[in-house]
Amino acid sequence: MKRVVFLSGKGGTGKTTLAAVFASRVEGLAIVDADVDAANLHLIFHPEIEETGAYSGSKVAVRDDDRCTSCGRCSKVCRFGAIDAEFAVDPLLCEGCGTCVTACPNDALRLVEQESGTWYVGRAARRPMIGAELHPGEEVSGKLVSVVKEKADDLAKRERIERIAIDGSPGIGCPVIASTTGTQAAVLVTEPSRSGLHDLERILGVVRHFDVPAYLVINKADLSELLAEEIEAFARREDLPMLGRIPYDERVIDALRVGRSPADDPASPAGRAMNEAVARLLETIG
Amino acid sequence: MRLAVASGKGGTGKTLVAVNLGCVLAADGPAMLVDCDVEAPNAHLFLRPELTERKEVSKRVPVIDESRCTDCGACTAACEFKALAFMAGHALVFEELCHGCGRCGLVCPSGAVTEKEHPLGIIERGSAGDLAFAHGRLHIGEAMASPIIRELKRSLPERGSIVLDAPPGTACPVISTLHGVDAVLLVTEPTPFGLHDLRAAVNVARMLGLPAGVVINRDGIGDDDVERYCEEEDLPILLRIPFDRRIAETGAEARLLIDALPEWRLPFAELAASAKELAT
Repeated sequence: MKRVVFLSGKGGTGKTTLAAVFASRVEGLAIVDADVDAANLHLIFHPEIEETGAYSGSKVAVRDDDRCTSCGRCSKVCRFGAIDAEFAVDPLLCEGCGTCVTACPNDALRLVEQESGTWYVGRAARRPMIGAELHPGEEVSGKLVSVVKEKADDLAKRERIERIAIDGSPGIGCPVIASTTGTQAAVLVTEPSRSGLHDLERILGVVRHFDVPAYLVINKADLSELLAEEIEAFARREDLPMLGRIPYDERVIDALRVGRSPADDPASPAGRAMNEAVARLLETIG
Repeated sequence: MRLAVASGKGGTGKTLVAVNLGCVLAADGPAMLVDCDVEAPNAHLFLRPELTERKEVSKRVPVIDESRCTDCGACTAACEFKALAFMAGHALVFEELCHGCGRCGLVCPSGAVTEKEHPLGIIERGSAGDLAFAHGRLHIGEAMASPIIRELKRSLPERGSIVLDAPPGTACPVISTLHGVDAVLLVTEPTPFGLHDLRAAVNVARMLGLPAGVVINRDGIGDDDVERYCEEEDLPILLRIPFDRRIAETGAEARLLIDALPEWRLPFAELAASAKELAT
């Protein structure tokens, strides 16, 4: 099975659009939206939901007011500043580690599981599509990504699907690492800007740290010729294969507005360039 | 005033808004810009600050002294993050999973747990002209951004205007950034993705009880669904930045909009005034 993840470091470079083009061009593929705290892929594919579920991956400390004697041991051991001067727990700061539960001599604290997100399994144009949404402020984005990836793997095995496309999240931290591990190719989507280049260097570091082969796409490439060239020079130095340069094209936004893949619009120069980039990727990874 | 610039969706122009706003505020009194997007920090590219201070940020992770460990399993049972395991008679620590809470040390009956520092990233401080500056950088391969953000926020000045450039999304690093601020500016773009993620960001702001204002970037592309949503939700639109190749190029080359296109000084000064109003 081949898993291809779309990443960028910097947000808003076009990961989701590229992932959608890839997914709509390849037969026998499962689609995973792993950007669990800003999921957008369903806005293009409108999956028919077949199954949903709640994910409870986090806990929070809850106080029993009747048992608390205000001894203050909990606030002394809490390293996250989650217990205030009146010994109340701030659920937004609580990491759910239970150190306060251990320290409390009166059994006044316990850990309570809380729902941290929801996942779905659906189907979009006959392809399985799996995604999730994290509840605001939750810290288990990485775990939720792993849950979604496992569901996709199971489904792919059952239906003998050979490829999985994973739309990742921006950044280089917890959910990105969870999206990257166990993949066979990472498509890094960047834009021609200093920020794009800076964050490309960081995401390439992460992808190589986990030994995943990386490929580059420069999106909106004509918005700065200067930076596009600097990024290409960087890619040559780093032996990072280029899949293509996509021109800036407002028809992409028009396609997304009506919930379609820009690659299905033959009049869109960006759509054509994205199709070529995907073809190059398929030639390379087989 | 502590003002966060956030977005939900990545790449909408948070940093563009934060750095130009910071500079306008600094012309008017003490001001600081804090780049809390420690996974993909970009504000320094625009401000080119002189960095005068550098500090390692780490978490405390357990070290098991095998001569004292009796394999009782208390630590592995207590760890909520599965960061400890026994394998072939040895206690193993998975440092990347550890939150550094110290519970294992607290439950160990034989004093076998000591701690060491596990580096997560760095914090750098300095200034860009009159604007004080700080940012954090998560080390490559590390998962946890929030401890660096919390450390960044630990030593903010009491007075003056502080602009915090938030990471994208709605997960814990965003909450760590928004916790304790007076107001939040939500930067979005008039596209279906922009609107979808703006809704999520508005939910976060409301959950935290923060007054919110909206900045529409790349105005003119897409449609007016974002505007209609803001009207329905009573969210003030404080600034509109049109899609314009000159503005895009300025951003691409990481130049300040208020320097490259000085006609933008006034709109940003007005944004600063309305943000201050929002924060009081």
